[in-house]
Amino acid sequence: MPFKRYVEIGRVALVNYGKEYGRLVVIVDVIDQNRALVDAPDMVRGQMNFKRLSLTDIKIDIPRVPKKKTLISAMEAADVKNKWENSSWGRKLIVQKRRASLNDFDRFKVMLAKIKRGGAIRQELAKLKKENAA
Amino acid sequence: MKLFSRRRFDMVAFRFHQYQVVGRALPTAADEHPKIYRMKLWATNEVRAKSKFWYFLRKLKKVKKSNGQVLAINEIFERKPTKIKNYGIWLRYQSRTGYHNMYKEYRDTTLNGAVEQMYNEMASRHRVRHHCIQIIKTATIPSKLCKRESTKQFHDSKIKFPLVFKKVRPPTRKLKTTYKASRPNLFM
Repeated sequence: MPFKRYVEIGRVALVNYGKEYGRLVVIVDVIDQNRALVDAPDMVRGQMNFKRLSLTDIKIDIPRVPKKKTLISAMEAADVKNKWENSSWGRKLIVQKRRASLNDFDRFKVMLAKIKRGGAIRQELAKLKKENAA
Repeated sequence: MKLFSRRRFDMVAFRFHQYQVVGRALPTAADEHPKIYRMKLWATNEVRAKSKFWYFLRKLKKVKKSNGQVLAINEIFERKPTKIKNYGIWLRYQSRTGYHNMYKEYRDTTLNGAVEQMYNEMASRHRVRHHCIQIIKTATIPSKLCKRESTKQFHDSKIKFPLVFKKVRPPTRKLKTTYKASRPNLFM
């Protein structure tokens, strides 16, 4: 199977280890075989090892090592934030974060909602079974 | 305004710091104003930097620590740590059979990082420990004048390559376990 996600200038990546865990960054230049210069709108441009990055499908159009303003406007133009939050990977991360931040009352509410949903599904199933049998 | 509140997350991990040491012989009756010499060198701390300064100065001039004084010692920090540069390092090292000179090139954002890469590479490729290495000269090389293929291959504004092997890691060391329920998927 050929590769679809390449390390290239403008590739959006997710940091998967270390202090900046969970942050979306853009690769603005490649230092050498193991490191890239990464940048994000709210962080100082710095180097990062590729082992700490998970490449995403999103790529934006920027020149090599753009100024912060150019980077921000390119990210707005490509609509990175919305694309990420609507992608299945991005949605999963949002759900994970929400679940981790529930308090006990929220978890109680979730339990009740799950029971209710299970009950509704079983009712529909019973109806379908009866129609099939008849 | 934002300049000094930035957190430099890659600077603190350097083992070798660059110092500027300025010193001279002590003034005597014969020589009221001895010449002042300045050296830029790499050491792990200031004490070692001063010691190295006297080591090199002894070899160049007739002055020792006992009849000299260090006038200033300052740490030199990288001017533009967000800019990628090609560094050329000229060094003299001692192998098991004699002294040799070498020229090596590194691509890095800071000079301290390149020097650290050099020490690591010399240790791994030539088994040379850091006290057997003397840095003769360092310079930032413009891309046109780089000599080594391994640095020149990154001088491509449309560089593009896939990451072939995805290392599956837990996001923190705390979540590391000896056994996992399923085999990892190594495809990126």
